[in-house]
Amino acid sequence: MSIAVIKYNAGNIFSVECALQRIGANAVITDNKDIIMQADKVIFPGVGEASSAMQYLRENGLDTLIKNLTQPVLGICIGQQLLCSHSEEGNADCIGIFDAQVKRFIGNNDTDKIPHMGWNTISVKPNQFIPQSLDGKYVYYVHSYYVPVNEHTIATTDYIHPFSAALHKDNFYATQFHPEKSGDIGETILKSFLEL
Amino acid sequence: MLAKRIIPCLDVKDGTTVKGVNFVNFRNAGDPVELGQKYSRDGADELVFLDITASHEGRKTFVDLVKRIAQNISIPFTVGGGINDVTDVDRLLSAGADKISINSAALRNPDLIDGIARNFGNQVCVTAIDARFDNGEWICYINGGRIPTSRRLIDWAYEAQERGAGEILFTSMDHDGVKTGFACEALAMLSDKLSIPIIASGGAGDYSHFYDVFTQGKADAALAASIFHFNEIPIDKLKDYLNNNGINVRL
Repeated sequence: MSIAVIKYNAGNIFSVECALQRIGANAVITDNKDIIMQADKVIFPGVGEASSAMQYLRENGLDTLIKNLTQPVLGICIGQQLLCSHSEEGNADCIGIFDAQVKRFIGNNDTDKIPHMGWNTISVKPNQFIPQSLDGKYVYYVHSYYVPVNEHTIATTDYIHPFSAALHKDNFYATQFHPEKSGDIGETILKSFLEL
Repeated sequence: MLAKRIIPCLDVKDGTTVKGVNFVNFRNAGDPVELGQKYSRDGADELVFLDITASHEGRKTFVDLVKRIAQNISIPFTVGGGINDVTDVDRLLSAGADKISINSAALRNPDLIDGIARNFGNQVCVTAIDARFDNGEWICYINGGRIPTSRRLIDWAYEAQERGAGEILFTSMDHDGVKTGFACEALAMLSDKLSIPIIASGGAGDYSHFYDVFTQGKADAALAASIFHFNEIPIDKLKDYLNNNGINVRL
């Protein structure tokens, strides 16, 4: 199986490569359009800022390329957010696979810390990507912006209010949490994506 | 529900993990990569990897070591030491670090926080603060606790937040290495004043100190080094203890 990890101006891409290696999968980190289009699986990861990431993707023609991919695509963290229509972070128009507006967390009181950072549990809805057996398990989050619960939500996490922990639409899958940093649970989720 | 985090800190000097008592008299506590692997297996929630000599000697963090850690562990980690500009941050994130921690460089050049937040997002930027209680006030120190500044802890922590820091890692120099508990009063003050997560550092010596820092200290995470490195408090037993006492932790 060929796996392409999209290379762009967002951090943690090497972490994804390392996690894949730990589960015995080899990925190519690339911004080469032919390699991305021909890969069996595409991973769109990242730790970054939405508007500067979108600017980079547009300047390199990667936004259109991602939108037109037909194989299973997994967006992680900012990758999930960039697959939505718009983000409040830098008022960025995004790729628009998921019809959702990315919003910034607003705390209800002094005890709500932002970013949402650390390990939190997921509630898994019936879906073909995240195994039901992971319902209630801890995954790792680092984010200040979130995707509200919408028709594509397949898992939720409750922080201040429930938000989309994972999304699915057609061949596009996405997680707000970092499976590559979520220990054994994360590795199970990455394996599950590779088996789609 | 968001879990309270237990974070072993890997202070590194010349490629090996060290832990000072009040920042002097270093003792060797092993290979950082081996420790990272062990902690990941034991249930640590995160790791912090600090090149503690970097700001003093002007050295850059060892990117190769960061890469080796990233390859061998499956939990997040923060890298600090020797970060002076956005280019340094880019290189460390590319090497597999999830977050970066800045300390002296941010106090010398506060705009660095804005720059990191703008380029990589707020959540990447941990602002570490070493402070000591001098004449009735918490004063920030730079260069590994060697040089006092004119900044007060609470003012600087708040400014860092406003500039875009994603977390504050506060080390009490009075408590560090002494093992008599965390600086809960100062930590609670920070937690009340700020809206970003607070990582408590300095003073862990007993299971109950962690309970105290999450309740009285209102901390979001607790960091320690020597008690973990020398296996005085195994992380799995610590988390069982906290869970049994009503603290939400990842088991």
